[in-house]
Amino acid sequence: MVVGGGIAGMQASLDLADQGYKVYLIEKETAIGGKMAQLDKTFPTNDCAMCTISPKLVEVGRHPNIEIITGSEVLDVAGKAGDFNARIRIAPRYIDLDDCVACNDCVDVCPVEVLDVFNEKLVQRHAVFKQYPQAVPNAYAITKAGIAPCRDACPANQRAQGYIALIREGRWEDAHRVIKMDNPFPGICGRICNHRCETVCNRGKLDEPINIRALKRFVTDKIYEKPRQEITPAEILHPEDRIAIIGAGPCGLTAAQDLINNGFPVTVFEAMPVAGGMLRLGVPEYRLPTEIIEREVQDIVDLGVDLKLNHRIDDLDSLFTQGFKAVLIAVGAHEGIRLPIPGANLDGVIINTRFLRDVRLGKYQDEESDAPPLGDRILVLGGGNVAIDCARTAVRLGKEVHLACLESRADMPAHDWEIEAAQEEGVNVYPGQSFERILGTANDRVRGMELMEVSSFSFDDSGGLHVEKVPGSTHEIICDTVIFSVGQRAGLAFIPDDAGVGITKKQTIAINPNTLAATKEGVFAAGDSVSGTAFVIESVESGHKVANSIMRYLMGEDLEPPPGPDLPVVELSEQELQERVARGEISYQARVPLPELKVKDRIAGFAEVEVGYDEESARAEAARCLACGICSECMSCVFACGKDAIHHDMVGSERNLNIGAIILAPGYQTYQAELSQEYGFGRFPNVVTSLQYERMLSASGPTDGHVRRPSDDVSPKRVAFLQCVGSRDQNHDYCSAVCCMYAAKEAIMTIEHARAEERTHPGSGDVYCQVFFIDTRAYSKGYEEYYRRAEKKYGVVYTRCRISEVKQNPDNQNLILRYSSPYENQAIPREDEFDMVVLSVGMEISDSVQDLGRQLGIELDEYGFCHTTLFDPLQTSREGLYVAGPFREPKDIPESVMEGSGAAAKASQLLAPARHSLAVVQEYPPERSVADEETRIGVFVCHCGSNIGGYLDVPKVAEYAKTLPHVVHAEDNLYTCSQDTVAHIIEKTKELNLNRVVVSSCTPITHEPLFQDAIRQAGLNPHLFEMANIRNQCSWVHSSDWDTATNKAKTLTRMAVAKADKLDPLEIYEVPVIHEALVIGGGAAGMNAALNLAGQGFPVHIVERKPELGGNLNQLHYFSATRDAPILTSPKQYLRDLIRQIDEHPLITCHLNAELLETEGFKGNFSSTIQKDDEVISIKHGVIIIATGGVEYKGQEYKYGKSNQIKTQQEFEAYLAKHMPGGNGKEPSQPLPDRVTMIQCVGPSEKYCSRICCTTALKNALKLKELKPEAEITILNRDIRTYGFKERLYTEARELGIRFIHFEFDQKPEVILNPDGDPHQAVSVRILEPILQKVVDLPTDMLILSNPIIPDPGTKNLANLLKCSTDMDGFFMEAHVKLRPVDFSTDGIFMAGLAHYPKFLNETIAQSLAASSRAALVLSQEKIYTNSRVAQVDPSKCVGCLTCVRICPYHVPKITNELNGVGSIVGAAFIEAAVCHGCGSCASECPAQAIQIRHTTDIQTLEKISALLIHQGEQG
Amino acid sequence: MEEKFNPEIIAFCCHYCAYAAADLAGSMRLDYPASIKIVKMPCTGKVDPIYILQALEDGADGVLVAG
Repeated sequence: MVVGGGIAGMQASLDLADQGYKVYLIEKETAIGGKMAQLDKTFPTNDCAMCTISPKLVEVGRHPNIEIITGSEVLDVAGKAGDFNARIRIAPRYIDLDDCVACNDCVDVCPVEVLDVFNEKLVQRHAVFKQYPQAVPNAYAITKAGIAPCRDACPANQRAQGYIALIREGRWEDAHRVIKMDNPFPGICGRICNHRCETVCNRGKLDEPINIRALKRFVTDKIYEKPRQEITPAEILHPEDRIAIIGAGPCGLTAAQDLINNGFPVTVFEAMPVAGGMLRLGVPEYRLPTEIIEREVQDIVDLGVDLKLNHRIDDLDSLFTQGFKAVLIAVGAHEGIRLPIPGANLDGVIINTRFLRDVRLGKYQDEESDAPPLGDRILVLGGGNVAIDCARTAVRLGKEVHLACLESRADMPAHDWEIEAAQEEGVNVYPGQSFERILGTANDRVRGMELMEVSSFSFDDSGGLHVEKVPGSTHEIICDTVIFSVGQRAGLAFIPDDAGVGITKKQTIAINPNTLAATKEGVFAAGDSVSGTAFVIESVESGHKVANSIMRYLMGEDLEPPPGPDLPVVELSEQELQERVARGEISYQARVPLPELKVKDRIAGFAEVEVGYDEESARAEAARCLACGICSECMSCVFACGKDAIHHDMVGSERNLNIGAIILAPGYQTYQAELSQEYGFGRFPNVVTSLQYERMLSASGPTDGHVRRPSDDVSPKRVAFLQCVGSRDQNHDYCSAVCCMYAAKEAIMTIEHARAEERTHPGSGDVYCQVFFIDTRAYSKGYEEYYRRAEKKYGVVYTRCRISEVKQNPDNQNLILRYSSPYENQAIPREDEFDMVVLSVGMEISDSVQDLGRQLGIELDEYGFCHTTLFDPLQTSREGLYVAGPFREPKDIPESVMEGSGAAAKASQLLAPARHSLAVVQEYPPERSVADEETRIGVFVCHCGSNIGGYLDVPKVAEYAKTLPHVVHAEDNLYTCSQDTVAHIIEKTKELNLNRVVVSSCTPITHEPLFQDAIRQAGLNPHLFEMANIRNQCSWVHSSDWDTATNKAKTLTRMAVAKADKLDPLEIYEVPVIHEALVIGGGAAGMNAALNLAGQGFPVHIVERKPELGGNLNQLHYFSATRDAPILTSPKQYLRDLIRQIDEHPLITCHLNAELLETEGFKGNFSSTIQKDDEVISIKHGVIIIATGGVEYKGQEYKYGKSNQIKTQQEFEAYLAKHMPGGNGKEPSQPLPDRVTMIQCVGPSEKYCSRICCTTALKNALKLKELKPEAEITILNRDIRTYGFKERLYTEARELGIRFIHFEFDQKPEVILNPDGDPHQAVSVRILEPILQKVVDLPTDMLILSNPIIPDPGTKNLANLLKCSTDMDGFFMEAHVKLRPVDFSTDGIFMAGLAHYPKFLNETIAQSLAASSRAALVLSQEKIYTNSRVAQVDPSKCVGCLTCVRICPYHVPKITNELNGVGSIVGAAFIEAAVCHGCGSCASECPAQAIQIRHTTDIQTLEKISALLIHQGEQG
Repeated sequence: MEEKFNPEIIAFCCHYCAYAAADLAGSMRLDYPASIKIVKMPCTGKVDPIYILQALEDGADGVLVAG
């Protein structure tokens, strides 16, 4: 199991999978790629990060032995090395990986926007997203923070956030659809809902809640102003399962809708002449217009519901005899309550429900009606919403209205705003009244009411009311009509006592609250008839719930509802909201006011009081939504998805993995720059982090690669880079190791981009970049040169100064830096303005990774980095768990890759016996014969983001390709190498029966194998493929001329097509592998590689030139360690232990005093001869690991050799060792010096950084301080390059008073020998002290020169012998500086240790493990498949002239008598395909032209040349 | 205006070195005239004199063999 899908984890996974292990790759994000995928370019080659990582992403994604588990995290790991059980949690993705084709349709409709974390929050993305275009797995995912509180609070779970987002976008229909999904009565709820959603709205904590109800009403108004669309009746799927619903109120109708939509026939019985229940008969018209109710009821009826009005059910049982399988009682609570007080039965006393119903049915306009007559002065008794409805209705009938209730004003159950509205309309409200009696006239008509003031009241346990009255407070209200409005209950008379349906004391139906099943089978009850009076939204919820229950009952399922997804409710704290305001993500904004009718217009009739939003104000109100849940489940994506790939009900899961070893590569997080408030990040818009800047530079980033100031979108003219933000400070005692180089790169790219923009926007070419830094840590291969290039060639200004504060110019949002630069003769502080400031943020380990480390029981340091030891750098403190990448120490890409491979080697050593037991072999379809087919060429032209498409006309090239002979298909793709396009090529090849494929994109060196594999999967021979390099050799080098570059891309494509036409399928040769390794060099690197490979079961030969093993370890006397972390093992002990292991290992053979004479063969099949003492030994082996090390440079710089007092660091170390307690057994020859000066960067170090010298100097200086604390030490340096944790040594050295003086190469220190010429006397060092600007002479007892490591003197010879290349400093050159750091371009040969570049022991060990991992990749294969592009002899043309035999540099061709040559003469040339290198020398020289190099035949090449030149005239 | 002579040059480059170097030139964004076209060779050893002759015959102004 590999944890972390960044580059280290990917490399570890690939190495292990290729070696025959099954790998689970645990990635917490939705795609692998890690931080590298976010980067623009990589230093020092300026390769595009995405272009380099993309083929690896695809390889990981397609590897049959790697299972990528995205959205996953490790919970715990039990068991022991070799047999672990890991429990992982997998977050739901909500999109099925297998079904998603990444078409983007869902993104187009998603209304929710959220800050894009991949783009470092520079822009927003949708809730449904793909991390980046090339993401693997290539599929979308949905972000959910949880349930928005509005939805959680709503009984019907209305997706308020969803429809609000859609309203913001002006998508009324979609918004309406979202509401209707959970609520059949949007127009009704938009008016009368009690909107609990608003009460809990997070926005309320900031200013005011969103006016959700008004927005809902707005949507229905928008929809209902258009003609009603015809409803398609639902399809009846279960005709036998008929359901009767009693009551056509909101609950019964909701259930009816759900049931019929699921295919169940429904009949609704309604006693009244109209449907809608209380909505229609209880709620006054001024709150809810009849037409809205009728429309929404009709929408349900039209689905095919059989609605029987005026149909009172008197007998429940009769419904079952009529054939109904289930009955739902949803009769509501229509019976008002008449309190048993004196006078309750007088004429003029009426009940609320009756009153409202009679008004609603228009009975008071009908003289003939049976409605009880009303007087002119009406008293309403009750303080609830219904009482208010009665009062306000009576006002509208032109009456004088009073309202009295038991509760105090503050405790009245009615909404405050309603009470206020009633008062505004003239209702006299008397709270806190006890209803004593209704006073009657002589003829028993109401004449008034006697009341008393209430001081308090309470209910006892059995519901009895106890009222404390104010003595003597009796008073009267004169009225002629009294309306009781003190509660309602269901009318349940139709249920016979013996029906088996239980009734509660409160006159509601007894039900199981989970299932809403009544006590009689097949009978269900819901709505007010079970709950008592409730709000409409609760009836709707109840209706949904009972419908589901009824369906489960009818389908014979368990009645209890299944558990749903368990998402948390998103509660935003006030603090979080304030932070969002501070970051500028949201701003204070009150509710958009909702217009209402004026009072005089209200009481004149029953017109709606609320007027509703117009479009503009609705969208403005909707825009206030905070989108708390992120995804709102508005289902727009579900409707848009053509593949039904989206499943919002997905739930998280847990999985147990049985695994043998674990590699932890969880990576780092960048320092949270807002914590360093002095830099203004988060406050000043034009201060960005380096990772944000990477995204801006990236062609696929949010600004398409154009650097723009966030405040005003203008190209910056002056950019400042501030180094060491979150590194090398009080809170971080380490150096983040990469920031110096990436800042140099970002500065270079800024200048490059500006130059490129000059083409389209003249005047934008000049940009000034200034880097503020402490030391430049350009310590690795090619870094020093790169850094110099930034300074010298690009004019980046480097200023040695740590900026303490960034200020903003409020006028233009420029940033003001105050600094002094004594090193540049600028001792007086100055202030400069910059357009942008980039903070070079350092690396940290995130809390979640630290938690993981603790959970797994591995040791972490105080910063959360994984603790490892010097000698076993990839081993965590727990057996079987290995570590790679920055989790161990800050580091860059090549080292992370090395460690990925190295950790794989450790895992492989542990699990070697299980190799191949679970692995799957890639299967290809049988190869199609194309011999008799006409040529059909498909051409795919790549934009490579803007890498090609930004510099030439890609679609035009594709169009042009269509005109070329035999081309039957041509198209352009954004990223041809992305997983989806590769799959598309396979599809197209099959569909169009292509038999040759051409890709015009980047370089075949990196991408050809990927596409060859693709056409192989399409059933074609992989050699029927040709590439045109229109990026590296066209768009990138002709970026200034659009037309010329386009024409050249056409030409290159034409050439590729011409060659493709002549391509032949080539067979692949299988060769068995010799499972043994040859390691050249017996130092730390060689020995560690050998031990690992032998540990994996492969025999190893070590060839060492010296008579003993150990290499440079023999020169080491102690290790660099800080006071806090001493290293107790000495180098000698470590070396002895290594040699003992080598000696004891049965699979390792050591050849000491031995030298490699000759090697021939190829990957898997090498044969070498070795001179050992006087004998010559021959070894057969499958791989070679070069670990020949390096030596300390000895030159004459700084008068080395002229005085005994001038030593190199290595010599000084040996000298100090003699003085150490125990020393090396010898008496010190002279006392320790008092004054020591060290000079860094000697000789070749002026060209390349030898990486270890600074640390070695500190190590030796600290050792001297330990042995002689009073010694004065001065280190003259260009920079102190103690990267990573080595920074701690630097800090300690400064604490101990070691002095550091900076110099530049043009003002190097001068060494002055003692004038007496006595070699034992002190010397003096003269140097310009840059801060004082004064030349000083440093009296020195001993001068120590930090001479660099240079390659072993034998390197050149060995390079020639093995045909491997070296770099310009003489070190061996890797195949790719970033992603193949231990491979050679020659297959089967690998490198480790100082032969590659100077490095520390732990780095050497990690690299040697990486080399053995890469070697094991060859050794673990049963067979390898050789190159098919080799020489082939046509014997019938061969004259046996021996030219080929003589010319071949590899001595491959032979004349054999088994073949007949020209004229059947016995004897012709034979070339063994397995060993032929395919160089073609023989073919070029053969006078008879009997030899052809397959895939570069004469015909193919000549066609290509002709194609190049033939169209010259046409293109001009 | 007199047209500047823009020689058409065909470069035969070794896959291992010169071709890779040309790729690197691209990575480093080193500009050079578009009239230089590169043909990848498995090795400069494969550059048959015929190729050079054919190139010149077809109108190339110069041939570069790099490896």
